[in-house]
Amino acid sequence: MIKKILPYLLLIPTFVIIALFIYYPAYESFSSSFYRISVFGNRKIFVGFQNYLNLFQDKDYINAISFTVVYTSITVVASIFISFFLALLLDQKVPGARIYRTLIFAPYAVSHAVAGALWSFLLNPVVGHVNYLSRILFGIQTQWLTTRPYAAYSLFFASIWKTLPFNVIFYLAALQSISSEVIEASIIDGASSWTRVWKVVFPLVSPITFYLVIMSIISSMFQSFAIIDVMTKGGPGGYTTNMIYKLFMDGFRFQKTGLAAAENVILFLIMMVVTVIYFTFAQKKVHYQ
Amino acid sequence: MKKSKRKGVKIIFTETLLLVSSLIIFAPIFLAIVMSIQPPEFVFSYPPRFLPQGFFPKNYSDAFKIVPFARMMLNSALIAVLITLGKLITGSLSGYAYANFKFKGDKITFYILFATLFIPAEIVLIVPLFKIVSRFGWTNTYWSMTIPFMASATNTFLMQQHFKTIPKEFEDAAVIDGATKMQYFTKIILPLSRPIIAGAAIINFTYAWNMYLWPLIVAMEDRMKTVQVAINMIMNAESSNNWGIIMAGTVIALTPTLILFFALQDLFVKSLVQSGIKG
Repeated sequence: MIKKILPYLLLIPTFVIIALFIYYPAYESFSSSFYRISVFGNRKIFVGFQNYLNLFQDKDYINAISFTVVYTSITVVASIFISFFLALLLDQKVPGARIYRTLIFAPYAVSHAVAGALWSFLLNPVVGHVNYLSRILFGIQTQWLTTRPYAAYSLFFASIWKTLPFNVIFYLAALQSISSEVIEASIIDGASSWTRVWKVVFPLVSPITFYLVIMSIISSMFQSFAIIDVMTKGGPGGYTTNMIYKLFMDGFRFQKTGLAAAENVILFLIMMVVTVIYFTFAQKKVHYQ
Repeated sequence: MKKSKRKGVKIIFTETLLLVSSLIIFAPIFLAIVMSIQPPEFVFSYPPRFLPQGFFPKNYSDAFKIVPFARMMLNSALIAVLITLGKLITGSLSGYAYANFKFKGDKITFYILFATLFIPAEIVLIVPLFKIVSRFGWTNTYWSMTIPFMASATNTFLMQQHFKTIPKEFEDAAVIDGATKMQYFTKIILPLSRPIIAGAAIINFTYAWNMYLWPLIVAMEDRMKTVQVAINMIMNAESSNNWGIIMAGTVIALTPTLILFFALQDLFVKSLVQSGIKG
């Protein structure tokens, strides 16, 4: 008897938490997005899609969507290419490779908030080293965090720096698992190093690239919150406010509960779409069970 | 001859690129440590300097005066340890269920869990999650910062995958010796899974220590805040831009996970790749 119910008992802790803190809030966010809730939260009025309509008439929200798209695509593309390149270098096993690897992986261990603080310092117009170098090399001297378009560039630097190591770690593991025979065969075929990299190696690691693109999208859409909050607070004038930052402001600073509920549903839907895309395309390659 | 020469050039080229890029990537952390132990004259020198001179620990004591840092470190540590323990316990139990049992509903429950793989509820569901936690009266408590994150699909899969590699004969032998299913789990499976548990532990710990948005929202009182949130508090308090103090706070926030990473890099990398957990 106990043998029969044991697996269910083993699953209880996990499923209680998943149900209470993922599935229930997901349901809750959908249902509350159709209501207007009074300031003190004591009255609920059904308003249908009104919250969504208000949201898409809000120019700030449209700006937040477009900044999210720009921010995410730049961070993901830059991070993927730079990390692939770094992984290729690290895969060469030159003397000292282990030390280089440790230094390059290091930002993985620090938080997004720390990344924001470090880059705020480096870009500071008075004391920052990167600001100094950009002045010497490119003649750019500016208030990085508070002017357009530099505030956005500042966030890109911090985000790319923070997401790089994770991608390098996976690329390096993927490169190390490519059999040397494949590489040798392509050398015999007379492929130059450059063609070899793009025609042979890069396609071979494409499942990893796919996984990393998905993970980097999630990271730069959602984890970026800390970087934005520390560096620009969404400014100047809402210029660097992305969807998650807007949601935070509307929901927890301005108490626009109806709007925030609708915004939360949209973010959650995006997350679900990303998940479905991942599982549809990765199904054949990845077997968890 | 010609070939080996070309190879030599290639090595020097790779070596140089690696040296430059690794120094650039590590520079922000290095400079933060340098600035955190230097007086304002050094921090504000122009052109900016790279190598430390002497030792100026006052930044750290000042950082502790601006915010209750000791308490915040305790909060961060406690939260990270509790989340880690919770995820390991729930993950190993459910992993055991999926790896060693056939039961009605195993497929469907597995997919229900699987669907949450990429969902960081503490970010993607903040509004409703905050509502639920407030309803429980959990704002400004450790409960709100730990219990919702004590289970995850990733930990379950990691454990399940590993438990499946343990030979079935072990279980048969244990059963013949009269061991119950739970005894087999605690006496055989868990000890055999030490490396995977350790790997999952450090990744979970790093993730929890580095959380930002959720603690920012649910901890309104200073005594409940975490070190990650403290960084921003110091930056906002130090309007005169005393970067020595700000960097001292930043170094305090990054040190535990960085040391953990340096000490256990291979385990970190191996487990990360195995699990595919986004840290």
